[in-house]
Amino acid sequence: MYHSLAAAVRDAEARGLSLARLALETESEDQARPVGEIRDLLGRALHVMKGAVAQGLTGDLKSSSGLVGGDAAKLVHGPAGPLAGTPFRDILARALAVQEVNAAMGVIVAAPTAGGAGVLPAVITGLAEAKGLSDDHLIDALATAGLIGAVIAERASLSGAEGGCQAETGAAAGMAAGAGTEMIGGSPTQAMHAVALAQQGTLGLVCDPLGGLVELPCVFRNATGAAIALAAIEMAMAGITFAIPADEVIDTMGEIGREMDVRYRETAGGGLAATPTGRRLAKERLVQLKKR
Amino acid sequence: MVSLLDIIGPVMVGPSSSHTAGACRLGLLARGLVGGTPDRAKLELHGSFARTGEGHGTDRALVAGLMGFRPDDDRIRTALEIAEREGLDYRFEKTTLDEEAHPNTVRITLERGERHAVMTGSSLGAGRVLVTAIDGFPVEVSGNYHTIVLVAEDIPGSIAKIATLLADDGLNIANMRLTRQRRGGDAFMVIELDDYPDEGVRDHIRALPWVRWAFRLDKVSA
Repeated sequence: MYHSLAAAVRDAEARGLSLARLALETESEDQARPVGEIRDLLGRALHVMKGAVAQGLTGDLKSSSGLVGGDAAKLVHGPAGPLAGTPFRDILARALAVQEVNAAMGVIVAAPTAGGAGVLPAVITGLAEAKGLSDDHLIDALATAGLIGAVIAERASLSGAEGGCQAETGAAAGMAAGAGTEMIGGSPTQAMHAVALAQQGTLGLVCDPLGGLVELPCVFRNATGAAIALAAIEMAMAGITFAIPADEVIDTMGEIGREMDVRYRETAGGGLAATPTGRRLAKERLVQLKKR
Repeated sequence: MVSLLDIIGPVMVGPSSSHTAGACRLGLLARGLVGGTPDRAKLELHGSFARTGEGHGTDRALVAGLMGFRPDDDRIRTALEIAEREGLDYRFEKTTLDEEAHPNTVRITLERGERHAVMTGSSLGAGRVLVTAIDGFPVEVSGNYHTIVLVAEDIPGSIAKIATLLADDGLNIANMRLTRQRRGGDAFMVIELDDYPDEGVRDHIRALPWVRWAFRLDKVSA
């Protein structure tokens, strides 16, 4: 797979291909697997993603510790805010839904990780619903997202323990922004700007889960990650460009991750996990977990 | 090389790709080293695996892998109860392996009948794993391929013989690595294959008089 988004965009545009098509053909060559087989596997992932969205929206889930659950349904049935009735609110609900399923040890697709698994399905299935796009479009979007994620894995990191939350929900926001932009008609160049616009908004984001559990703030960070992806898509589709190339923004994310203190890398030693309330809740819940 | 399907995947039981899915994959690879579900298992957790493992179901996922359950198998949730019912005697310990070890590392010691094995492996994030030591030999096994691991006497022509044997069975080698602790000592061979080697292939390798043991580790990635 590619090590640089600039190289991928250059090849796609030179050959008149979408990033999705380029990603599928490159994967097919790398793995000596037919494109059809790769599409089938992505189709299976899509099926699981849709299942997790549906399961989470019903709202009767509780996480292992009881810290999170039931909030996705509030965005479906709860009182209206300024975004009521828009795809934006629907996408926030979907992001919470998938992450609530994850916290309850349900079946999800790590994309790129389980902790950031809500962002991508929320953004692409929500946009597909709003725009009436088919599963084929969604499978293409997963291929584009995979290419972007592969570049992030090569240049920076996809692990909260290595790079903080910017490497999990931040990476997911970049993937969703690029994939979503292309899915609704943006060019490869616009998709690349969307990646940069999303990723710049998550630089420095720490990984600070209470008790080390993928629950709080992870569930909500998937919703805000989806919001950042949507903001990036909106700007990129309007023709806004980001002056620092996406590859360099990704490199910056890697650099910040390497410099980040270990307290902010999934160890529950700093950030929200280390607040007085964070410590108290974690202690109570971990005791409860042991009793089960 | 990173694959699209590493990024969009795995399909897995939550909540953590490194602490749940990766742990399950490490269990699956360790299981391969004793050729099936072990009778007894000691799992030593290092770093973040030790600190936050319980809340992520790392313990359940490792034991699930030892029993052959894959990362998307619902039974991960109740794997400890299933293990107790089926007589898999497991024990967890918290430990500190060396300073350089990846934060998500486990050392697994297994017994199955007469067979013993010790494997050290790490979960690298996004469900990717790396086995770094088997029975004291430093190795690199990613689980991205069907893999044969074997220990043989260090004699001339051993690599050629095994390569020929695999070619005769129509198997293509993706990677092959040899490590030995000293000249003339035992050699540890890791052979990653593009195709699935059936039991017959392993039997052919085991039948070679200078091969001490050989096991097949099934591919754990998508």
